Amino acid sequence: MSEARKRRPYEPPASELGPGQTSYTSVTDKISSVVLTPHTPIQWFIVVGIGLCLIGLLQIAIAYLLYQGTGIWGINIPVGWGFAIINFVWWIGIGHAGTLISAVLLLFRQKWRTSINRSAEAMTIFAVLCAGMFPVLHTGRPWLSLYWLFPYPNSMGIWPQFRSPLIWDVFAVGTYLTVSLLFWGVGLLPDFATYRDKARHLVTKRIFGFLSLGWRGSAIHWERYEMASLILAGLSTPLVLSVHSVVSFDFAVSIIPGWHTTIFPPYFVAGAIYAGFAMVLTLMLPLRALYGLHDFITDRHLDNMGKVMLVAGMIVGYGYFMEQFMAWYSASIYENFLMENRMFGPYGGSYWALLTCNIIVPQLLWAKRVRTSPYLIFMVSMFINVGMWLERFIIVVGSMHRDYMPSSWDMYSGTIWDWSLYLGTMGFFLVAFFLFVRGWPLIAIHEIRTLLPTGKKH
Amino acid sequence: MNDTSTGHGAHGLMAEFETPDELLSAAHKTYGEGYRQMDAYSPLPVHGLGAAIGFPQTNIAVISFVCGVVGGLVGFGLQYWVHVIEYPINIGGRPHFSGPMFIPVAFETTILFAAVGTVLALILLNRLPQPYHPVFNVPDFERASQDRFFLCVESSDPQYETEGTRSFLQSLGPVKVSEVEA
Repeated sequence: MSEARKRRPYEPPASELGPGQTSYTSVTDKISSVVLTPHTPIQWFIVVGIGLCLIGLLQIAIAYLLYQGTGIWGINIPVGWGFAIINFVWWIGIGHAGTLISAVLLLFRQKWRTSINRSAEAMTIFAVLCAGMFPVLHTGRPWLSLYWLFPYPNSMGIWPQFRSPLIWDVFAVGTYLTVSLLFWGVGLLPDFATYRDKARHLVTKRIFGFLSLGWRGSAIHWERYEMASLILAGLSTPLVLSVHSVVSFDFAVSIIPGWHTTIFPPYFVAGAIYAGFAMVLTLMLPLRALYGLHDFITDRHLDNMGKVMLVAGMIVGYGYFMEQFMAWYSASIYENFLMENRMFGPYGGSYWALLTCNIIVPQLLWAKRVRTSPYLIFMVSMFINVGMWLERFIIVVGSMHRDYMPSSWDMYSGTIWDWSLYLGTMGFFLVAFFLFVRGWPLIAIHEIRTLLPTGKKH
Repeated sequence: MNDTSTGHGAHGLMAEFETPDELLSAAHKTYGEGYRQMDAYSPLPVHGLGAAIGFPQTNIAVISFVCGVVGGLVGFGLQYWVHVIEYPINIGGRPHFSGPMFIPVAFETTILFAAVGTVLALILLNRLPQPYHPVFNVPDFERASQDRFFLCVESSDPQYETEGTRSFLQSLGPVKVSEVEA
């Protein structure tokens, strides 16, 4: 730690791994020891226990919602999109870091991504699942949403409205979930084979044998595998950019002040990367401490992720600035009023909190000391997690609660059911992620092997 | 690569190596010796190994491209069919055929079809799922997914001849050579 802090000219390290991991055997043993052991750390049970309680809350919140209807939420007219859309955008945004790490950084040949891509992809999938719950529940009658959302020949002979960004969302998020699952699954095959071959217990062996589809590491298979991975990365890259752009179209295509702006797609994508990296750090730092993965997730990883967050944060800051500028430059009284209301209106406090969380605090990341200190960067990530939620709150509620007609203005706040549902999805996310960590290879073992020198005897 | 139908009792002979570089040079020598029916097994992708055992460039990229084109056409065509032919409905005076509004969904279906096609191609071309394969009979083969590197000359090769092939493989300096039960 103290060594890393010494100032010296930057030189790329010889290996992306820490000093403890030097051979194929040690890498395989270390990563599989998390799963192929009867021992489960007590902290794991604590987190999953908390998560299960929150899932209980989620079930109650959903059951009561289905019984009573969306009236139990805080939504009203004019604020028809409350927590459901805020949380939807928040979760989807979090997911984006996983794809960025697994696809975009692969295309840029950033080898350090190898240690974190698997768990970041898992995070993507679980975050998208959490996100998906909200719009479906927001329809109020989810069992009917099938024909509202999906184009299938139903007995009523009606079809979805493809000119609506909400239908684009269905396709964007659906494709995103499918492609993320496929990419994740393909990457898991060789690691499942490793677990199959390392497992001692017959049942474990059978389960991983089944999951590995009989992968045997044939050179011809690897050849196709490498090509398929590259293509999937190439497909995921425009996909991930399109998903949050489409999410931003939900807002930008409408004519509500503060929403109807062309900066939304890039600004949403940058915000997604920002939020996603913050969540990766929020999950990976405790995990690294719990399982002693310091050789895989090194200070260099924290440093790099800190830099990505800094850049994404600056783009987000530029987005905030441009919103201000355009509100003035448009010379529209509604846009002008929106900005004034955003800063000094009834929700003004959350705007200043947003600027603090997303713009001011992350400036600490300029310091290498902060980027490489697990505690400090964890704190900064928590600020960003909160800040990104506030951003969506301000966009959704800030624009809707006071639009064109003062006679229709109203205030909005989430009810206990809004909060229960939100906390419940966090529980779902935690449990899903920790089950993944306990049962599946949380680091891509075969990719880590490629970081080791090929000529050495191991 | 092929099933064993040449009358030999074994699937082939398997040589075990300690490093990717050893495996790669062994594969080159074996191919140079005239063997064609062989496969190599490694716990990580080894660059150039496919070419070394004579595997031509994979054509997955072509499959992905075709699937992507089909996906784009299907996505766009679906929307055209729904909004112009099957269920034309006037909303705010917008044209039935509102092309630019059909782009996002068509884009997503392009990616979706291409990705699904790529993964299906990967799995099917590799003949997976295949829970049993003769190479799994080789003692130590579980290390092929961990830290060892294997080269298998298959008995379907016309040049295969148990003793001769075995001594050739021995000359490559493997950890050991074992017969693969069919």
